[in-house]
Amino acid sequence: MKGRLAVLLPVWAWLLVFVAAPAAILLAIALAEADSGVPPFRLAWSLTGFATLAEDRYYLDAVLTALRIAAMTATGCLLIAYPMAMGIARAAPGRRMLLLALLMLPFWTGFLLRVGAWIGLLRDQGWINGMLMALGITEAPLPLLYSEGAMLVGMVHSYLPFAVLPLFAALLRLDPTLGEAAADLGAGPATAFVTVTLPVTAPAAAAGFLLVFIPAAGEFVIPELMGPPEAQLVGRVLWQEFFQNHDWPVAAALALALLLLLLVPIRLFQRLEARP
Amino acid sequence: MAGPNPASGPLLRAEAITKRFGATLALDALDLTIIEGEFFALLGGSGSGKSTLLRIIAGFDTPDDGRLLLDGADIVATPPWARPINMMFQSYALFPHMSVADNVAYGLRRAGTPRAEAAPRIAAALAMVGLTGFERRRPHELSGGQKQRVALARSLVMRPRLLLLDEPLGALDAGLRERTGFELRALQRETGAAFVMVTHDQEEALALADRVAVLEGGRIAQLGPPRAIYERPASRFVARFLGAANVLEGRAVAAGFDSTEAGATFAGVIPADTVAVALRPERIRLAANATGPNTARGVVEDAAFRGDDTLLLVRLAGGALLRVAHAEEDGAPPERGGGVTLAWDAADVVPLAS
Repeated sequence: MKGRLAVLLPVWAWLLVFVAAPAAILLAIALAEADSGVPPFRLAWSLTGFATLAEDRYYLDAVLTALRIAAMTATGCLLIAYPMAMGIARAAPGRRMLLLALLMLPFWTGFLLRVGAWIGLLRDQGWINGMLMALGITEAPLPLLYSEGAMLVGMVHSYLPFAVLPLFAALLRLDPTLGEAAADLGAGPATAFVTVTLPVTAPAAAAGFLLVFIPAAGEFVIPELMGPPEAQLVGRVLWQEFFQNHDWPVAAALALALLLLLLVPIRLFQRLEARP
Repeated sequence: MAGPNPASGPLLRAEAITKRFGATLALDALDLTIIEGEFFALLGGSGSGKSTLLRIIAGFDTPDDGRLLLDGADIVATPPWARPINMMFQSYALFPHMSVADNVAYGLRRAGTPRAEAAPRIAAALAMVGLTGFERRRPHELSGGQKQRVALARSLVMRPRLLLLDEPLGALDAGLRERTGFELRALQRETGAAFVMVTHDQEEALALADRVAVLEGGRIAQLGPPRAIYERPASRFVARFLGAANVLEGRAVAAGFDSTEAGATFAGVIPADTVAVALRPERIRLAANATGPNTARGVVEDAAFRGDDTLLLVRLAGGALLRVAHAEEDGAPPERGGGVTLAWDAADVVPLAS
């Protein structure tokens, strides 16, 4: 029992200091009243922050947009991750490590640098437009950057490894004779994938989806740098409320609402995992 | 043991099947014919090529050379899902996310069998393996023996003319093996399908199969009914592999076969190209004061009681160690360290040409 406590103590301490305490502070701010001063709130038992969220469609739309973009990002990641993970899992063991290293290689450069690289590719004077115009395919630059597509490309690229890694682990564990048994019983490769590989690796796919979905739902930098100006995602709205409008109670209430909302898919995933 | 119907013709023919894995030759221009409705065993150690051959028949591996004829048509280019052949995997390969019934229904669904026809076939297949009432269980809720039965039912429900079995008893407890072996034979007779089994266990092969092919280094070392192979091994390898016969080196002489390492002469029908002789442990008896050919002297080095007999390790005068099975009804076995005289019949000396 003592050993167990010694192991778990740092975990609980970490959760207390970096999760529970900030959440409590956030709740206190959310229940406070906005004030012009430093800090810009006055502690109180006020529901004004939450009430504002409920009254103004703007916040709900921001959450819904963010969830939609996050779901699209996670789906895009899974679509790319499945073939990638299958390729890596089926490679010879020596090659496998190389391919995994290549998957992680972009992450050795800074996050902003990678976003910057995408901007360099997609902007009006960027590489892609330059090439299209040089080849005479287009006359004027295509509006690639500052679109929902550009934002999605940036997000999928950034979060892809989070989807690949759990799938890779699951596919590596997947008994290859299951696929052979399916083939033996008359299933072509596509049917075998849909009826055997996909359902057996579904928990890993769900984990990969969540690992992308949850950070993507609160993503601020990529929508800000690559997305269209009208795309008001909850991450951007949070930023605006905190640093432009200085309405901390509303911002804190919004952050808490997002946190609670994201607990729902996590709970669903846990129930899926608990199934034998 | 009921053999295959002699009237039935060849079902599958392998012609000069060759398979290389890198520098290793797994199958070396192997020829084989499987007859309709027979129980055939591919027997060999690891690296003998037996599993590769099974995978090539199933369609999971492609031979580098050779033809595979099913009813006379070459199926080498036919993918596994289009072959009317089914396989029971050593690991059973049950789909873990499906119930027993769904596992058994899998192949029928792929074939587009109407539900009204599939349901009774699934029920019949489960009844055949004694798993009626287990339809809704998941594979992880089953014992090893039950999993094996589901795997069998899943293959048999397809009504294959050729069923491949990869080490079918390999993953079962010793107690369950014998019973399952008898059940496999009964199922084979009942369905009339040809069963081709891969095994490394010679007892399993001898007990179950109508015909056995002993594989060595990607070639068939010997092929025939179990009794013929057991009684008359063709080579040292087959003699050693099947039930640990004594193999004694020497050379053919006018009087028979001279073995220096045995310190004995073996009389019998010995062809001139004989390089060794095989002698089964249970065919050697203790014979006080016997002399002449087909006798040898030695010292009992060790003895192990095995229930119906005692296995003696006898060091012969020439230096060879002979395994002798001393039956219980022949009285008390000799003491360890004691000198013995051994004798055997000329008919039990098996000449080996390689």
